[in-house]
Amino acid sequence: MSGVLVVLEQREGELNRMSLEAVAAGHLLAAKVGGECSAAMLSSGGGLKVGGVAKLYSVEHELLKDYTADGYCAVLEQLVKKLEPGYVLFPHTYQVRDFAPALATRFGQVLISDVVAMHDGDVGPVFVRQLLQGKLNADYRQTASGPCFVSVQAGSFRAEGEGSGAEAAVDVFVPELKPEQIRSKPGEPFRESAQTVDLSVAPVIVSVGRGIGEEGNIAMMQELADALGAELAASRPICDNGWLPMERQVGSSGQTVSPKLYLAVGISGAIQHLVGMKGSKAVIAINKDEHAPIFEVADFGVVGDLFEIVPELTKAVLAAKG
Amino acid sequence: MKILVAVKQVPERDAQIHVAADGKWIDEDDLSYTINEPDAYALEEALQLKEKNGGEVVVVCAGPERVTSTLREALAKGADRAIHIEADDLGERDTLGVARMLAEAVKGESPDLILTGLQSDDLGLGQTGVVLAELLGIPHATIIMQVEKTDLGLRVKRELEDGWFQHVEMPFPALLTIQSGGNKLRYATLMGIKKAKTKETATFSASAAGAKAVSLEKVYLPEKQKRTEMLTGTPAEIAAKLVEKLKFDVRVL
Ligand SMILES: Cc1cc2nc3c(=O)[nH]c(=O)nc-3n(C[C@H](O)[C@H](O)[C@H](O)COP(=O)(O)OP(=O)(O)OC[C@H]3O[C@@H](n4cnc5c(N)ncnc54)[C@H](O)[C@@H]3O)c2cc1C
Repeated sequence: MSGVLVVLEQREGELNRMSLEAVAAGHLLAAKVGGECSAAMLSSGGGLKVGGVAKLYSVEHELLKDYTADGYCAVLEQLVKKLEPGYVLFPHTYQVRDFAPALATRFGQVLISDVVAMHDGDVGPVFVRQLLQGKLNADYRQTASGPCFVSVQAGSFRAEGEGSGAEAAVDVFVPELKPEQIRSKPGEPFRESAQTVDLSVAPVIVSVGRGIGEEGNIAMMQELADALGAELAASRPICDNGWLPMERQVGSSGQTVSPKLYLAVGISGAIQHLVGMKGSKAVIAINKDEHAPIFEVADFGVVGDLFEIVPELTKAVLAAKG
Repeated sequence: MKILVAVKQVPERDAQIHVAADGKWIDEDDLSYTINEPDAYALEEALQLKEKNGGEVVVVCAGPERVTSTLREALAKGADRAIHIEADDLGERDTLGVARMLAEAVKGESPDLILTGLQSDDLGLGQTGVVLAELLGIPHATIIMQVEKTDLGLRVKRELEDGWFQHVEMPFPALLTIQSGGNKLRYATLMGIKKAKTKETATFSASAAGAKAVSLEKVYLPEKQKRTEMLTGTPAEIAAKLVEKLKFDVRVL
């Protein structure tokens, strides 16, 4: 067994950015462990070209048109058995979360999921993943023999320049797959009722997290937002609780924003939140925990109690505006 | 409908976390524990399904003696029975090891539906449910916000990225991993707490841990990569400094 196989994700003929990041991770890993970095794509219709990898395996079957965990596991099991790569890499997308753990199980392996970095260990590569929503890091290593399955976190490996370069030779792989193997019936993707706020165009965003404690404190945050002429946004738990509507949620399942200023108040900075606001020009974070991961993306930070700082800040902003 | 809910006990969210002396896990001595948040949503979904369709809710948790407090709380919220898988060595088991242990305990129950949270707040691997479904040979779906019983089986609402969703239909028995926010969590009532005392908690002895496929070698504080400028002082001083930054650095005032 050798080399690295990166399983790409595409939607309607377009590769997502995270897939290119996974290719970047694949190149890094191949350089460590030796062998080539190849890629596989399911049901792309053969139209998608990818450069910079040794080979592109295009897995085509009518039953793969709509994603199902059963279909993807069945065909990738066949492909991995045929190619015998040492490592199988995925972007850590919602789709990958849905099937890759089951695929790894079929090989008696455990997916090392949501990896943020890798380095050389005494015996083979070490994969770094976050624990406790980013409060700690942990080193993981494969201890079984056989293919090692790894998924990489959004934004952890640089996608720049990946996927370009000389187009890879395409090898079409036609797997065996029968309708009765697919036990679930997926419906068409849809969005909830039309969005009434578009946070993606807001120049200033005040974003509130679970640190505000209770619904009644939203008013205090709204006052700060009003003073700044900002839109109010939130992390998931605030929307889960119904304190703000879901359309104000920022993150992997909510909106992606890139304002001039993102002021994060009482937000810990879990990766699913960070992916939605990392592109902000400036980030200010107020959090009572100096180790909160949000400070990792903040330009300016305040370690303290938001209930003391926010009212003072609102006053100061109003005064500054005269 | 017989619904089994697999829950995990994790450190409280606001707990002060310290790396253990051996550098392989966190110091557990002064930690308080609670139910993993997505698992609380899984339990809530199960209780609501039972209220709509009838049946039984069985809650299962693997771990040392301390996890029985989480099981008792689930019983107080309305679960009918509990199963405690006695295992003091969770750290010696990888996801496959834990899922195997759950599969052993669950097999005799033959539930129609197994629910679990989509990932744990401590390890965050997000896999136990999917691996358990694979071991049991039943279909699964992940990141589920809503569950509906139909004539043929289930219709679930699955969360996709960027605010998209999708419905998926599947037959029983099945396993779903539940996302937060689909329901409002209930509190245990006094009545519920009283009733819980009469409910059964069966114990199940886990088989010895086998060889691991992956191992957690080392735990440590992440290295800071970004130099964040920290503003300090009294709240009023901090507010004044922030306004300076808003004016001259960020230029939004
Ligand atoms: C598949 C999936 C998708 C997800 N999608 C999203 C998403 O789109 N958006 C999203 O936001 N999350 C999402 N999440 C959830 C995410 O993992 C985190 O759980 C969530 O972002 C945490 O929100 P929080 O930071 O507000 O809460 P917590 O993590 O509980 O943080 C609260 C913070 O407040 C601080 N605090 C408490 N009291 C005070 C005080 N008095 N003063 C100052 N600070 C205080 C604490 O120190 C802590 O850092 C998703 C998770 C999964 C698994």
